[in-house]
Amino acid sequence: MSARAHAVSDSATMLRRNLRHVLRYPSMSVSVVAMPVIFLLLFVYVFGGTLGAGLGGAPGGGRYIDYVVPGIILLTAATASMSTAVSVCVDMTEGIVARFRTMAIFRPALLTGHVAGSMILTMLSMGLVFGAALLMGFRPTAGPARWIAVIGVLAMLTLALTWLAVALGLVAKNPESASSLPLPLMLLPFLGSGFVPANSMSGGFRWLAENQPFTPIIETLRGLLTGTPIGHNAVLAVAWCAGITLGGYLWARAVFNRGPVH
Amino acid sequence: MNKQKTLTAVSAAGLRKSFGDVAVLDGIDLNVPEGTIFALLGPNGAGKTTMVQILSTLITADGGEARIGGHDLTTEPELVRTAIGVTGQFSAVDNLLTGEENLILMADLRHLGRPEGRRRAAELLGLFDLAEAARKTAATYSGGMRRRLDLAMTLVGDPRIIFLDEPTAGLDPRSRRTMWQIIRGLVADGVTIFLTTQYLEEADHLADRIALLDHGKLVAEGTADELKRLIPGSHIRLRFSGENELESAARALGEVSRDGDALTLQVPGDGSVPSLRALLNRLENESIDVDALSVHTPDLDDVFLALTSQAGPVKDGQ
Repeated sequence: MSARAHAVSDSATMLRRNLRHVLRYPSMSVSVVAMPVIFLLLFVYVFGGTLGAGLGGAPGGGRYIDYVVPGIILLTAATASMSTAVSVCVDMTEGIVARFRTMAIFRPALLTGHVAGSMILTMLSMGLVFGAALLMGFRPTAGPARWIAVIGVLAMLTLALTWLAVALGLVAKNPESASSLPLPLMLLPFLGSGFVPANSMSGGFRWLAENQPFTPIIETLRGLLTGTPIGHNAVLAVAWCAGITLGGYLWARAVFNRGPVH
Repeated sequence: MNKQKTLTAVSAAGLRKSFGDVAVLDGIDLNVPEGTIFALLGPNGAGKTTMVQILSTLITADGGEARIGGHDLTTEPELVRTAIGVTGQFSAVDNLLTGEENLILMADLRHLGRPEGRRRAAELLGLFDLAEAARKTAATYSGGMRRRLDLAMTLVGDPRIIFLDEPTAGLDPRSRRTMWQIIRGLVADGVTIFLTTQYLEEADHLADRIALLDHGKLVAEGTADELKRLIPGSHIRLRFSGENELESAARALGEVSRDGDALTLQVPGDGSVPSLRALLNRLENESIDVDALSVHTPDLDDVFLALTSQAGPVKDGQ
């Protein structure tokens, strides 16, 4: 009798709905892949020469493309979370959500459907960006086990950013603010070790780069992909992902349950 | 009148809701018997939509009680939701899905199962004249088609109680009549309809009982005829071709109200054939030519204007 009994089937129904939306309105998803690929082109062919030379003997020094790919992958995750926030925000303004709320369905299904859909899309986008990087000469040294670990880290990261993006999409008053709220996420790969090592920065930026969540995730990915030392970064990366997931989930749930008035 | 024991589909007692300092609903009591159409009529901002939102579990009331299909609104919202269908004021269709996909989405959420869901979707598409547009996205639909799809989606799980918030707002006359036919058809099958409207004609055509909501309070409730009896009676309007005729007619008929600019007189009377004949005979005896004659019985417009305070100046004349 309880709607809880239909948790899985209702979530699957909502997931199908969201995937259909993506097929009908693909431009948003295209930009999620296009943006990081453009940055990859810029940083490999435009800035790469100078930046790579500047890396010198730093860990991962060698070819700049091997250094920059983890940062670009995180940029993909950040761009995707922007598209998630916008699609959640737009969806909440649709009359059909009010209809869902008057039906005997598992309520969180609306959110879990968004999360599952966004996870699938984000992981696919990351795969495409990896593909572009390989075409441009990225040469990871990871074996199958390490690749599985890479996918695991990316899945945790995506889950975390997606729940955060869903919460941001719910609190945003309109699609414009939904697209600007996740903007700081897009800066994090730059203000971390995504494009240059954190210890090459100065002052407050260095402190920020060394203590923000993306840096340990980037270091972990770089280590898994190209064999640089990982150290305690793996533990930090998992902890950050778990923390952001929990925070984003609780925030999204609280905002969603507050009521239909946006 | 009705020998059968009538069950109550929707009942409310002392429902209250405020937004900030504004009391949107201020103690609403109502009863809707099963298988009837109940119309909640009121001007913009009277609280109609709030009422539907509360009864359909979308928002909670500040006070009072309500039972829908025998289930308590506050303690058993899940059971209420299984009994009801809602078509809100703003289109509740998924614009990026086709008409068919929208209906199958509803069937999935009602857990009808794949084959039954497809069968029901096809049936409703036919019933609502949407079969040809079934594979087009709802974004391409006209206003009337969207409303029909919206209502069809509400009907997927065969709800016994249906809330319709201004179901025909913004529809052209033909689409409106189609919608009325559909609504009547539903009630013939024993469904209970709770609708809000600001079209008096709509309430008059459809509803078994009408409640007039104004400033959060029910100011009148009854059948359309009962409501019409609440305000002063009918009159006969006579128009003349000139001032002289108007003058002499006014003298001859005595107790009338006149509108000199329009050259009309309003004579109290119920418009029955004998009273009309008597009136015309008196004018005939005085050799006064009448340019035009019309009989006015009070309609719900008159009731609406007389009983709701913010609806502008009360009609002059009677």
